[in-house]
Amino acid sequence: MSTHTVTMTINGRRHTGTVEARVSLADFLRDQAGYTGVHLGCEHGVCGACTVLVEGNAVRSCLMLAVQADGAGVTTVEGLAAADGTLHRVQEALMNEHGLQCGFCTPGIVMTMAALSGEGKKATETELLDALSGHLCRCTGYQGIRRAAQQLAKPEAMDTANGEQS
Amino acid sequence: MSAPNASTGNTERTAVADTAQNGATRVAGMGSGRYIGKRAPRKEDPRLLTGRGQFVDDISLPGMLHVAFTRSPIARGAILSVNTEVARDVTGVHAIYTQQDLAVFNADMISFYLVSPDIKTTPLADGRVAYVGEPVALVIADNRHIAEDAASLVEVEYAEEDPVVTIGDARSGPTVHPGRDDNISVQMGEEELDEELADKLDSAPHLVTQKVVHQRISQSPMETRGVVATREGAQELTLYITCQSPHLVARWVSLALGVPQTAIRVIAKDVGGGFGLKNHPWKEETAVILATMLFDRPLKWIEDRYENLTASCQAREQEMVLQVAFDNDGKLLASHGDYSVNNGAFPQLSECNIAVHMFVWAAYKMPAYGFLTRGWYTNTPGYAAYRGPWGMESLIRETALDVAARRIGIDPIEIRRRNLVTLREQPAESVMGIPLEDVTPAECLEKLLEKFDVGQFRAEQASLRKEKRYLGLGIATYIEPTGAAGAITTMTGELAQVRIEPTGKVTATMSTHSQGHGTATTMAQIFADRLGVPYEDVSVFEGDSSRGGFSPGAAGSRQGVIAGGAAIMAADLLVSKVKTLAAHVLEADPGTVTIEDAMVRIEGSPEKSRSLAEIANIAYGEPDRLPAGFESGLEAQYRYQPPPMTFSSAANACVVEVDVDTGFVTILRWISSEDCGTAINPAVVEGQISGGLAQAIGMVLMEEVGFDARGNPVAATYKDYHLPAISDVPDFEFVHASTPSQSVGGMRGVGEGGAIIGVPTLVNAIADALSPFGEVPVELPLTPTRLLSVIEGRDLGAKAGSETTAVMASQPGAAPVDATPETPVAPPQATAEDATEAVRIDGDWNMALATPMGAQEMTGHFETSGETLSGYLASAEGQMDFTGTVAGNKLQFDLKVVKPMKITLKYNLEVNGDKISGKCKMGIMGSVKVTGQRAT
Repeated sequence: MSTHTVTMTINGRRHTGTVEARVSLADFLRDQAGYTGVHLGCEHGVCGACTVLVEGNAVRSCLMLAVQADGAGVTTVEGLAAADGTLHRVQEALMNEHGLQCGFCTPGIVMTMAALSGEGKKATETELLDALSGHLCRCTGYQGIRRAAQQLAKPEAMDTANGEQS
Repeated sequence: MSAPNASTGNTERTAVADTAQNGATRVAGMGSGRYIGKRAPRKEDPRLLTGRGQFVDDISLPGMLHVAFTRSPIARGAILSVNTEVARDVTGVHAIYTQQDLAVFNADMISFYLVSPDIKTTPLADGRVAYVGEPVALVIADNRHIAEDAASLVEVEYAEEDPVVTIGDARSGPTVHPGRDDNISVQMGEEELDEELADKLDSAPHLVTQKVVHQRISQSPMETRGVVATREGAQELTLYITCQSPHLVARWVSLALGVPQTAIRVIAKDVGGGFGLKNHPWKEETAVILATMLFDRPLKWIEDRYENLTASCQAREQEMVLQVAFDNDGKLLASHGDYSVNNGAFPQLSECNIAVHMFVWAAYKMPAYGFLTRGWYTNTPGYAAYRGPWGMESLIRETALDVAARRIGIDPIEIRRRNLVTLREQPAESVMGIPLEDVTPAECLEKLLEKFDVGQFRAEQASLRKEKRYLGLGIATYIEPTGAAGAITTMTGELAQVRIEPTGKVTATMSTHSQGHGTATTMAQIFADRLGVPYEDVSVFEGDSSRGGFSPGAAGSRQGVIAGGAAIMAADLLVSKVKTLAAHVLEADPGTVTIEDAMVRIEGSPEKSRSLAEIANIAYGEPDRLPAGFESGLEAQYRYQPPPMTFSSAANACVVEVDVDTGFVTILRWISSEDCGTAINPAVVEGQISGGLAQAIGMVLMEEVGFDARGNPVAATYKDYHLPAISDVPDFEFVHASTPSQSVGGMRGVGEGGAIIGVPTLVNAIADALSPFGEVPVELPLTPTRLLSVIEGRDLGAKAGSETTAVMASQPGAAPVDATPETPVAPPQATAEDATEAVRIDGDWNMALATPMGAQEMTGHFETSGETLSGYLASAEGQMDFTGTVAGNKLQFDLKVVKPMKITLKYNLEVNGDKISGKCKMGIMGSVKVTGQRAT
């Protein structure tokens, strides 16, 4: 099996590694770069737990090879909160709305929502819910996830750190 | 003990009522005050939201190697040869083991009840394979990729045999396990319908015969199974394993491997869901543990989703027929249930689900009930629990009630009102002898109806039907046994250990374990509330068998109820310690000491206020200032033994629209009205209910593990096994009744209820919507194809292709009740002629009682004198004498026992040569098989 050297900027830090061509981006991020917040729920692109941002776009890292991401900027769930620990507003909204239970699917859900509600972006509730329909959660029955999406889509939700509800 | 019960109960009631009105009301400033009943943010969330959780696949140890399995491609047959040569040659492969290698450990893969199963279960296949996916060889390699490459190169030669796939196959097919008489894994109840009961059913004005076929379900936690095992020298074993209780895993591994529990440490910090699949290790995990011991390197195996969907233990797959007799007013007269469950080849417990019969009519005024209940071995993955394992009782009862209501011509709500046991009518006892003191399904139903205008809905339904739009309303009520402790070995009390640190902060270690349950949150709320400290000051630890004490963790909706009680009791012990010390140090009466917001205050002397940290510092560091006899430090522990069972109740309603052109179901509204007593954290309670309801929607509409006729799984990915997505689950509305239970703190379990009551609620709604087209056969899942067959009046069963459940339903012999001719009966009865030779009865016999909790072994001693029999039965639990009668080779005697319940055991046995067989009738529980041989 041929091996390749890949370099990515992951959560703002440069990371170089050597991978077999068959290694997925998810395995590279978890096993070589140490970002175990990338979770593998199905490894065939249905559950969405492994979603990360590649150049700002939500990507299923189990369906992308590490070599395909060579040179790219990647954000995982570990890279969302501010350096001082302040949660990203997507994380804050999910926490406030009890949008997670076991937390295994959560990183993927956070990243998909962050791709649409990140800095300077403002998705509508419908856009968020459409995107979330590509994620599986076995615990919550999606109630808190939906409420979090609704909170994020509210006009006044922009840039509020604590997500306090009106 | 009654004081905290009553007081918390009442305060919570108010707190819950305040917050329940608005599903999103949040607690502002969690700084101080009462925390029980508040929607506190979860302690678990910050790490899980930022990718800092620790799941089993996140563990990496120095020198760790990876495991993959070679699995059987056939469902039934003998293994002729295994050739590992080619696979062994792959670069990066370290070892390949088969059962022959692992057999040196002689592991006893015990059941959930911690007893040896009836059929020997080995980690890897032992000479034969019994299901597609059964692990045959274990490959150890540098990484998972190489391990999988090599696993595919292991050459196994099989002599394939025709498999037994469905319950129907099991009734008539060859035996799954060689050497057994039939495929019945366990059976209770009576094969012959009691004459009196038959009369009541036959003579009733209305008899409804409801049949339900429940598909097989994959528990499908988002984190699959997995284990990292490492041996720390010859004496110690550390396991990182995704599980429902590290303590139960440690106990199971200790017993299965015959090593002291003290040598085993099990760690499971974060677990990505369990739902019944992760109660204890099974084949693969055990194989990895043994391989670790054999190869002496840390090993990791993480199940992939393909393995999880096709080779893990699975759940449900049941068939039941319930006959229910009604009078002309729709009142219940009598009922009979015939239940079968597919146990697969190697179940985690030989299940015939006696709970289905115990609870089917528990909350209803049902005068007479009889049953037959059986588990069947087949060539499919083994049975394991799934949230609400006995849920069939609610599904078949609640759907039967709606069928009856339509047939008799009364309202489905009215038929329930006429038959439910109301709170006013309690205490009462159910037809199966279950004492009812405070169940509230009738009250939950009335509360539900305050939120839902049935009249208005019926008008809307009628008007829309004119436009060919079909709306339906489904209503269901139920009760659920929760927080059980004492009846089953593994179901114990829970332990709370709590301390106020010298810093004044509070740490607690619990026997609980969260797989999303949020026990670190709810228990912290209790401690903060009872100790008078800010919620932020409390940390709760769990998930490590070296801390806390035994409990089965998340099983049977128990943690909030029992561990909640333990937390309250432990906190109260600690409060009294603080008060004693503070009173001594501050020269005050202990009765005047209060703790609030981490400040210790003396009533009437504000100048004496001290921080909790100051008092704690004295407790730990200044022994001279302690009162005489005062144990230094501020620590307490309490193991709470709750009442044997605590009931939760609920009523649910949902409204659906069925598109009669496509067969698709849209859920328009769903209201849950439940009584879980004190809600420690209503957001956590609603989260549990919502998750269960979503799983119910999955069971009714989309999920299905299927097999083709050769036993090959047909759902191998999430593209074939459909889990509900956010677009499939509506917003749920909640009504909380909150009647405090008799357990300390007043909690009632809420973990499983949604998955139980959601199923009949949705089925009833669909049946109501399609009632103009006829009854909807309850064969889950109710796919668009199945619903179109009702809408278009086609008999889907008649032209069943390879679709598994359809095949099952189409076989005439498959219906549990019609199957009498094919039904294998008890072991062949010896003829009377055999007994003409002198029958040797006297002496000792090794006998076994086939109970659902496993074979109960005992020694029987018989002495005959003419027609009189005397002797005793001896087991680990003691010896009981009896006298009875002998007629030829037939023995008859009764034994009265008081534990676990007052019951008379009626033995009817027969001696044939050196063998003894027959039945033991256990009162209302029906008969179980007795087998044995002469002791030599």
